[in-house]
Amino acid sequence: MQRSEEHFARKYLREEVLPSTFCSGCGCGTVINCFLKAVEEEGFKDLKNFVFCSGIGCSSWIPSPYMRADSIHTTHGRSIPVALGLKLVRPDLNVVVFGGDGDIAAIGLNHLLHAARRNLEVVVIMVNNMIYGMTGGQAAPTTPFGVKTTTTPHGTFEYPLDVSSLMVSAGASYVARWTTYHVVQLKEAMKKALRKKGFSFLEVVSQCPPIYGRRIGMESATQFLNWFRSSSIALNRARNMKAEELINKIVVGELVDIDKPTLLENMRKVLEKAAN
Amino acid sequence: MDLHKPVVEPGAYFWQGNIACAEGAIAAGCRFYAGYPITPSSEIFEHLSSRLPEVGGICIQMEDEMASLAAVIGASWGGAKALTATSGPGFSLMQENIGLACMTETPCVIVDVQRVGPSTGQATKCAQGDVMQARWGTHGDHEMIALAPNSVQEMFDLTLKAFNLSESYRNPVIVLADEIIGHMRERIMVLRNLEIIERKDTYSPPFFSTSDNYVRAMPPLGKGLNVLVTGSTHDERGLRAATDPEIHRNLAEGLVGKIQRDAQTLSDVEQYRVDDCQVGVVSYGCTSRAVYTAIQVAEESGMSVGHVRLKTIWPFPVEAIQRLSESARSILVPEMNLKQVYFEVLRAVEGGAHVVGLNKVGGGAIIFPEEILRALTKIMKGD
Repeated sequence: MQRSEEHFARKYLREEVLPSTFCSGCGCGTVINCFLKAVEEEGFKDLKNFVFCSGIGCSSWIPSPYMRADSIHTTHGRSIPVALGLKLVRPDLNVVVFGGDGDIAAIGLNHLLHAARRNLEVVVIMVNNMIYGMTGGQAAPTTPFGVKTTTTPHGTFEYPLDVSSLMVSAGASYVARWTTYHVVQLKEAMKKALRKKGFSFLEVVSQCPPIYGRRIGMESATQFLNWFRSSSIALNRARNMKAEELINKIVVGELVDIDKPTLLENMRKVLEKAAN
Repeated sequence: MDLHKPVVEPGAYFWQGNIACAEGAIAAGCRFYAGYPITPSSEIFEHLSSRLPEVGGICIQMEDEMASLAAVIGASWGGAKALTATSGPGFSLMQENIGLACMTETPCVIVDVQRVGPSTGQATKCAQGDVMQARWGTHGDHEMIALAPNSVQEMFDLTLKAFNLSESYRNPVIVLADEIIGHMRERIMVLRNLEIIERKDTYSPPFFSTSDNYVRAMPPLGKGLNVLVTGSTHDERGLRAATDPEIHRNLAEGLVGKIQRDAQTLSDVEQYRVDDCQVGVVSYGCTSRAVYTAIQVAEESGMSVGHVRLKTIWPFPVEAIQRLSESARSILVPEMNLKQVYFEVLRAVEGGAHVVGLNKVGGGAIIFPEEILRALTKIMKGD
């Protein structure tokens, strides 16, 4: 086993703010680990050329303050338009957004949709723990049907949103969904997203043992990971399955991987044409 | 691009107020605009969508006003001077990110071309009802700089000044225009050698304000400085302190103090006969134009009227009002709302003068000179 001071991730982390404030068993640690492994394997020796944007919620703390990099921690839901403004004036920077399902898919969903439509050159990593964890366990647009939360004491009566599928129809260049159980696939997806020119969206289905777990009878991360393992269906298989067979399943894999002109490229093209 | 060549050629122009605002932004060095269409401000956006690319800038239409100001904040941290323009309903949506810009000390300019509110109100009609929203629209302790142009010339000049102030104080600055000034056309002069404040390229931590009221140079991103920018309470290095009372107090006092400290310098007012008048008028924006005419007529009939016209509306130019109140026994405050600046004047005079409101809302018609004259005559008779 590697000694802690030799751990590969240390060079990318702001040591003065460690240990992290994430709850025991939280999936954010796995997301950080996979992301930094992807960064290292992509050959980045440090995060100097990265700027992270995040909003409000547990996973918005992943880059701010933990990444040893520039980061902008914005208002709730607005990380993506902040990232857009930054990327348009600094196309040389790698702009990565971290956020939860509440931040990205509820209050910030409109921005996500339009960033995908524009094929904005940023990576958005949505950590989907199916709950509002930081505020104490309220229902999210991703909470499975029927689950009791602090704001749905008798169970939710709304259908959860499939954010990844939405991203495909909105026009993202790369969309993948994995869980914190699928660490290798997740890391590989992150590498692809970092290499991708256009808009990349990664959904990481993640565990929240203390806030969500206790409501659904899963108080340890291991239980969650077992659930993710047994409920995950590869995209190829899911395509041949009926809708009712997919209830309560997590469809994982790459939903889209295409190359098309990006927002900056299209903007330049139009303006160059106008200039001539 | 030749940086020494002015991007707005000096000379005389016949411009609409909104166009002058857009050109003033370009002259100030604005190279990023993100916006959402809204009457009566859209000409600023439309003009910049063709002008900004000509000067190497970026103009983009966002999905809403929250995104517009968010993108402006992102662009500002990317090193660009950045602008958005809107009107009441959009200004309401921007309030959360005005707070973010205050908290993260992000220079940016927001133009609010006021129309009748609340809500959709009368979209094409002039009003001055956003004065208090400009000051207090976002939550929590903060200080605001807002400028109120009253001519096409000032749409240019004060927009440029707003950029300079936002860079100097690392605070959002609001240009509180109105539909009449935004849509009127006048001849204006663009001068040579405009004073432009550029972002300092020297920097060192700490990056953020504390109660010493000293404005730190804004750090650039992408230089390995590991800049932490957060809307949470933070110390001078940007490190979050979500519960520490001392750090929050330090920060809040810094954000407020850096502007309050300079309130006197920031106070930009046009004064007329303030030390020698029986009655005073405090006005701003389009309304002040009718005041000029009313005063002229009043003087012809023997009244002596002092006038303080607010170009800086926030921080409120208290001393100029106090000076007027030393001479004027009564002060008339005409405004196209149901009393907003009125109460600020009342507060400033501390009982030293009788303050009278003249308020007109709806329909967009300016307060006419004769209405002001009638109010002045009534005050004089009552004295």
